[in-house]
Amino acid sequence: MKMFDYVKPATLAEAVAAAAQPGAAYLAAGTNLIDLMKGGVSRPDRLVDITHLPGLDRVEHLADGSVRIGTLVSNAGLAYDTDFAKVYPAVAEALLSGASPQLRNVATVGGNLLQRTRCAYFYDKASRCNKREAGSGCDARDGENRMHAVLGWSENCIATHPSDFCVPLVALDAVVEIEGNSGRRELLLEELHRLPGDAPERDTVLEPGDLIVAVRLPPAARSFAAHARYLKVRERTSYAFAVVSVAATLHVENGKISEARLALGGVAAKPWRARAAEQVLKGTASEAANFREAAHAALAGARPSGDNVFKIELARRVIVRALSLAANGTPARMPALPASPFASNSGALHA
Amino acid sequence: MIHSISLTVNGARREIELNDPRVTLLDLLRERLQFTGTKKGCDRGQCGACTILVDGKRINSCLALAISHDGAEIVTIEGIARDDQLHPVQAAFIACDGFQCGFCTPGQIMSAIGLMCEDQAGDDPERIREGMSGNLCRCGAYAGIIDAVLEAQASQTEDKQRRSA
Repeated sequence: MKMFDYVKPATLAEAVAAAAQPGAAYLAAGTNLIDLMKGGVSRPDRLVDITHLPGLDRVEHLADGSVRIGTLVSNAGLAYDTDFAKVYPAVAEALLSGASPQLRNVATVGGNLLQRTRCAYFYDKASRCNKREAGSGCDARDGENRMHAVLGWSENCIATHPSDFCVPLVALDAVVEIEGNSGRRELLLEELHRLPGDAPERDTVLEPGDLIVAVRLPPAARSFAAHARYLKVRERTSYAFAVVSVAATLHVENGKISEARLALGGVAAKPWRARAAEQVLKGTASEAANFREAAHAALAGARPSGDNVFKIELARRVIVRALSLAANGTPARMPALPASPFASNSGALHA
Repeated sequence: MIHSISLTVNGARREIELNDPRVTLLDLLRERLQFTGTKKGCDRGQCGACTILVDGKRINSCLALAISHDGAEIVTIEGIARDDQLHPVQAAFIACDGFQCGFCTPGQIMSAIGLMCEDQAGDDPERIREGMSGNLCRCGAYAGIIDAVLEAQASQTEDKQRRSA
């Protein structure tokens, strides 16, 4: 690991000033960053430790019906917050389907949003990677790429964003609060992550010094609690990243869908909101034929980036199954295997 | 530059002068404080051999910078027995044959203690298996490990009932 200067700011303003310097990085739990630093993939000159800053570790239910989640709230702290989980069950299910219990106990909200891709070529310093080293090339393009992107990729990068948490958040119109050099601003989570284009080294639109201080779910996000699921297909049941995952939340009245939210994980460099599919579902009967039509709409622009054409059909089927799970209703208790297609109480249609 | 931190390790307060900010809690415990019960397996947060309790929660000590944990209360495998009396989870691992080579065992036991404190799995074997999925055992002693956690959970529940009776 490269040597770095350690800075422990006393205030948010001090943190932003310290992190705006070239070569600086924020440190929260470090579950992704320290690993990247050990491998020499990330080589910051300065770590700005925000873990002791006050006021960033709270979940606040605001008077207008929104919820504000501080950036230092842990994944487990949020998922096991019963007031939160009963209102936003798909978010809790996504959190509990990711990483391991030890990692979830410390990994933070902000760190989850800003974690880097798990593309093996990004991690392997002997490989060319445009995300790790701008302009060096992409060895994933002609390499082992069955897990890579099928939406929004470019010739320069076919990596995916690995977060589960972001998938239901983006479906529910989450807003990110950012403290930066010119004060506080807000951004839809959907606009935080960048598609690779010709600059895959930039994962997000954040500027140097920008600090995510909170994620907010707007009042309307509450209304999906009764029909909200996250479904994640992975290569083993626990402690694995998504091959394809889907967050599906519905308003269902008398067998009819009045509103649907749908987002996909594991398919692109950002959590992928499927708005065209949502439009297909609006006003239709809650039944498999309509779920299939929505799934086709969601993947209309998909194309394989390598040995991964299977992910397009897989994503369609996971969408159909996630929608049927959501239509059946949120289970009273979190499944023993959160988000797993092998959960015993799934009650899902097999696509 | 020297950074001073203080930690409570297994109940004893330690003042530590760190001459390098890169030291992880795992390396601090093993190499500087001689608590070698906590094991270094993958050193990347994937195997769980380095699991310890920090402020009552199980974490991977290999991915935690010591410098960022000033004031933390740490419990390692060395700190769970009371004099000659094994911790109930330790006793259950022996009774249920929850290991073969033993390398992953300190991490398994600390993880099981953390799991029981979290109080999310109860006595459901599927929830316990999922709750222990951050700890790998390359000998494949999983059946015994899950039995041990089930037994420890059952004796804890019995204890609670006896005390409240």
